[in-house]
Amino acid sequence: MPKITYITHDGEKNTVEVPTGLSVMEGALQNNIKGIDADCGGSMACATCHVYVSENWLNKLEKIHEAEVDMLDMAHEPKKNSRLSCQIVVSNNLDGLEVTTPIKQS
Amino acid sequence: MIKTDAIIIGAGPTGLFAVHQLGIIGLKCEIIDNLDRAGGQCIELYPDKPIYDIPAIPECTGEELTNGLLKQVAPFKANFHLNQRVEEIKQENNLWILKTNKGNVFSAPNVIIAGGVGSFEPRKLTLKEAKKFEGSQIFYSVANKNIFKNKKISIFGGGDSALDWALELSKTNEVTLIHRRSEFRGAAHTLNEVKQKEKEGKILIKTPYNLNSIEGDKIMEGIEIKHEDGKLEKIKTDYILSFFGLIMKLGPIAEWGLNIDKKTIPVNTETFQTNKEGIFAIGDICTYPGKLKLILSGFHEGALAARACFKRAKPNETYRFEFTTASKNIHDRLGLKK
Repeated sequence: MPKITYITHDGEKNTVEVPTGLSVMEGALQNNIKGIDADCGGSMACATCHVYVSENWLNKLEKIHEAEVDMLDMAHEPKKNSRLSCQIVVSNNLDGLEVTTPIKQS
Repeated sequence: MIKTDAIIIGAGPTGLFAVHQLGIIGLKCEIIDNLDRAGGQCIELYPDKPIYDIPAIPECTGEELTNGLLKQVAPFKANFHLNQRVEEIKQENNLWILKTNKGNVFSAPNVIIAGGVGSFEPRKLTLKEAKKFEGSQIFYSVANKNIFKNKKISIFGGGDSALDWALELSKTNEVTLIHRRSEFRGAAHTLNEVKQKEKEGKILIKTPYNLNSIEGDKIMEGIEIKHEDGKLEKIKTDYILSFFGLIMKLGPIAEWGLNIDKKTIPVNTETFQTNKEGIFAIGDICTYPGKLKLILSGFHEGALAARACFKRAKPNETYRFEFTTASKNIHDRLGLKK
């Protein structure tokens, strides 16, 4: 099962196994990872599952959808490597993925 | 004080259908919501996005669903109390007394919380120094545009609210529109108008920039914005308008003594009652083993909660199950002509 590492804004790392097919957001909720709110439940409507993806992983993800970029405008301090974790689907290619959660989600 | 059989908190699809379920069994209700219109997340987050999993409706938008529900509950003439949030709740004998932030007071034996993920509030600027200017020089919505006349205004955001207000205020003001990336996501014709105003020198567009700091002690005198590449720039500013959408906050509900687990309220799935007798929770805000956050689950939950409300609202009457197809009582309540 792919391992995903969630890093808090102050550097605390949590590595958990997430079944393929789930989103990085769902992986966080199922493992009680702090720092991801996911208020809308994954309908890409709230920007509270915002994460920063480390540079070396960014181009391995599927291309970002325009609607996701629009939604990221609403996120707390979006950067160039910002993604909504509900839109990143875990696959074997993403084994080892590291994402960092922002200081806050809203 | 408004007395009724049940008070519903939240006018999203779940709250609206609860009005219907209370209505057909002959109970009166009042419904309270913090937004300025009914519909909840459906109307606020995805009014134009199609929903495909409402039984017997292959496809509808959030707005269509809301309008359909409003039509369905119209015969019951429930009162809507919009633009207000329930702040306090206390028990007096068998009744719950609720008070909103507008000072309205309600009393009922039943309270149904259909609050979704909480009440919608504008997403605020995160700079610490922003707080002291909120309400005087920093606004998240426009109540009175006249105060901005002949002033320097910096507008943040990339959506329709930011674009619309940039256009409107550029008629009488110096407007700078600041957005974190070069693309805006507003309606095409609005965007064209804004671009036109930029050419005419009526609107200054700054992208890709973010707010870096606010200058001024008692009075905000200006702001400093930061380009994606780190370059800083100062802009004289009398007012900031910030349009970063809405967030959902559980708010005062968390203080009411209800059991809360990860921002949701555990309920008994027979009645959807919480740990407090006479307070029910339905829709996205409730949780139980197997809970699915679907609109259709909220409909089911409301139907059961309404029956549980009956016992507390009319303790001396016996609830009798009836079908809408056959019941004369229900037809009367729906106002159907014979």
